[in-house]
Amino acid sequence: MKIYVKFDLNFTCKTILSEQLDKLGVPYQTNGTTEVEIKGSLPPAKYQELAKNLGKYGIQIIDDQKLDLVERIKDSITEMLADDTVQLYKISTYLADKLNYSYSYLSNLFSEATYTSIENFVILKKVDCAKELMAETNLTLTEIAYRLNYSSVAHLSGQFKKTTGLTPSAYHRILKKRMKRHLNNQ
Amino acid sequence: MTLNNLNIVLADDDEDDRLLFKEAIEDLKIKTKLSLFSDGKELMDFLVLPNIVLPHIVFLDLNMPKKNGMQCLQEIRKNAALDQVSVAIYSTSSSEHDIEQTFVNGANIYLNKPNNFRKLQLAVEKVLQINWQYHSSNLNLDNFLLKL
Repeated sequence: MKIYVKFDLNFTCKTILSEQLDKLGVPYQTNGTTEVEIKGSLPPAKYQELAKNLGKYGIQIIDDQKLDLVERIKDSITEMLADDTVQLYKISTYLADKLNYSYSYLSNLFSEATYTSIENFVILKKVDCAKELMAETNLTLTEIAYRLNYSSVAHLSGQFKKTTGLTPSAYHRILKKRMKRHLNNQ
Repeated sequence: MTLNNLNIVLADDDEDDRLLFKEAIEDLKIKTKLSLFSDGKELMDFLVLPNIVLPHIVFLDLNMPKKNGMQCLQEIRKNAALDQVSVAIYSTSSSEHDIEQTFVNGANIYLNKPNNFRKLQLAVEKVLQINWQYHSSNLNLDNFLLKL
């Protein structure tokens, strides 16, 4: 026996959406086919649950949550670099564990939104930390390399030069001259 | 903080160089809005206008009539209203002394005019990527030095 079916896709999608929203137990209202207004705010856990459940049907939530996640990635990287105890983790494991998404998802999202890879951003951040330390402390480059968890001074110098086009010593010289100029102008 | 468009300004008296720069920027993935000026005075008159959308980054040729790039750089750095603007020197000079002097005077980027279009595109792309991070990630602009 064969049976034939006909879909009203619009109706199907609307029904799935309503069913999933009902499950959350949060008051809502649908405006048109693609907009849902949630009364009040949705806690992140519920939001993720909804996103996951709708995902099964190929329905995606479009919004700025993605950009929000990019900010959280950046914050986590900053935190990680500032915290001595977590520096031994691999960045991919650390981010995936902390943010609860697969690293490949995070990394694609990040590149899409910022035009840079997570790896490049980490390097940029580390070099920026090195610059801050050079400007604000009297630490030697060896000490700075150690603090930022580089395997050697050469490794830090190499990344520094690659990221800024300048050697750490050239950078330091420019910095000192700038400060001197600044003092003279005051 | 999120960015939609990177606002870019270029001051260069050479028309060909302006056109090449414009083409190089249009092909990039990063969304940009570019304004062009043909000398330093025109640029500085624009930057001090009230109610303009300030550029994220200004590219300055060093040798320009009326007001040269170094003068523009110094004026920009003296103006507190412009302290969130990155300054990129875009020049053919590759003397170490010139380069260092522009950094000491407050430039963020020194970009040597590349001799072919592909290289120009790659260089501009790198500058914009890093600049984007500085404007969207709470990085300290005072520390931003890049030489290409």
